[in-house]
Amino acid sequence: MKSHYVRKLAAVLPALVLVCAGAVLLSQKVNAAGGGSITGTVKLSGTAPHMKGIDMSKDPVCSKAHDTNPAKMENVLVGSGDGLENVVLYISQGLTGNEAPSSQEPTFAQKGCMYTPHVLALNVDQKFKVTTEDQTTHNIHPLPDPTAGNIGWNKSQPPAAPPIETSWKNQEVAIPVKCNIHPWMHGWFVVVKGPYATTDDKGSYTIQNVPAGSYTVTAWQEDLGTQTAKVTVAAGSAAKADFTFKGK
Amino acid sequence: MPTKLLKWSWLAASAALLLAATAQAQITSYDERDRLNTDSHIGKYTGHATNAKEDYRRYCVGCHGELGDGNGEVAQWLDPKPRDFTLGIFKCRSTPTGTLPTDEDLFNTIARGLDRSNMPVWNTFTKQQRADLVAWVKHFSPRFQKEKPGTPIEIPAEPEVTPERVKAGQDVFARVQCWKCHGVEGMANGPSASTLTDDLSRPILPYNFTDGSRPKCGSTDQDIYRIFMTGLDGTPMPSFSDNIKPEEAWDLVFYLRTLQPHNTFNLKERQIAKQLGLKPVNPNAPAQ
Repeated sequence: MKSHYVRKLAAVLPALVLVCAGAVLLSQKVNAAGGGSITGTVKLSGTAPHMKGIDMSKDPVCSKAHDTNPAKMENVLVGSGDGLENVVLYISQGLTGNEAPSSQEPTFAQKGCMYTPHVLALNVDQKFKVTTEDQTTHNIHPLPDPTAGNIGWNKSQPPAAPPIETSWKNQEVAIPVKCNIHPWMHGWFVVVKGPYATTDDKGSYTIQNVPAGSYTVTAWQEDLGTQTAKVTVAAGSAAKADFTFKGK
Repeated sequence: MPTKLLKWSWLAASAALLLAATAQAQITSYDERDRLNTDSHIGKYTGHATNAKEDYRRYCVGCHGELGDGNGEVAQWLDPKPRDFTLGIFKCRSTPTGTLPTDEDLFNTIARGLDRSNMPVWNTFTKQQRADLVAWVKHFSPRFQKEKPGTPIEIPAEPEVTPERVKAGQDVFARVQCWKCHGVEGMANGPSASTLTDDLSRPILPYNFTDGSRPKCGSTDQDIYRIFMTGLDGTPMPSFSDNIKPEEAWDLVFYLRTLQPHNTFNLKERQIAKQLGLKPVNPNAPAQ
């Protein structure tokens, strides 16, 4: 009878510990004052995948824009020192929910029948603009996962069309966007909660305004997948997290 | 005894984890009971999902599947593929792109069928049956539990067809570059026509105005107006409502009529086009 009781207790205890640990983690508040940052570089090891050239001859307006500088695919962009461009870094664990969302309103431009930037990182509900500089009609067609809670749409932007101003309601890494008229055009919206950064052409990044605390940082690359690192940010200082993706 | 203990604690731990996981999952899933209570309102008709169960199993399930995901038994032989109702994305809407259709939109689609697909005209159903089926179609997608349908776009009264309007319509056709896909003569042979794919990356054709077929989302003047102003979600056809003003939209409808073969509904437009000596737009003209 007694051993039965002990057994029951042993069964309930781990569950209790788990629930308590969860509750503590959730209720933990990170002091937002004296924000630090997370900085580092993202590199590619091995051979960089070959980026195919793009044949834009079906639309003379597009091909003319690349007369001197032939267009190439932009899935994996390697810059100086093997730095990987367009990698999005965001905090996947450790956020308190008190972080101030970005107040900027970035632009996702259609330029020379390519997307500039190729990858646009955003906060949930952060407004952004879709603009066109091309003398040809585009249709801008984001394709979020219908089960993730974001709703896709499909709007045309003829030459000189006014910008489309919009935002995404839910976190989603990542939403592909395409133009059906120019099938080579594709880009990404990376919608995250909390502070984020995108690597430049040297592969460097800095996530600003990170409150002191312990975090998991995730690096997302459209073809090479994701990597994570654990960092601890002290108030007012910069924590370091470098990543290396393997070339295929 | 220790092994038993270990087993018990593992069980409990996984139970706790499972509990946490289902609590998470509830954010995206939806209640079975709410789902079956889905109803629809079309004029004086109120449809109830559960009343359509038998009709669906008899008439729809072969293509759209038991789960409404478009994977019915015969779906593998069909092109275009049957609609996946679980996504809650519909071509024929009176509502802006990215919003849910109204009950009436779905009601009309069932009766109209979809030309050049395997979806027949289902006007053999009574209106009550159709209303019930609308509710049943809606019950497959969680979107209908969480969102309201979009507000239908406003369509101003149709003006009189005039030569000026047909000419202006052609200018709109050239400016927003409908010909990129539909071709300068509306023959579905524009430069981008051959590479078009739908949202699930399956090849898809633009509408050919010249082959005598009916547009998928209706053939009245109002239907045509609605098609390019709302876009056909799930397909490459975008919404042009940001770039075509309502009065210009009617001009475009009249011009599109001139591309269709000779018929009673477009006699006037075709006569005007003939009198004007309208030539197809020049795709190489610089953008206006």
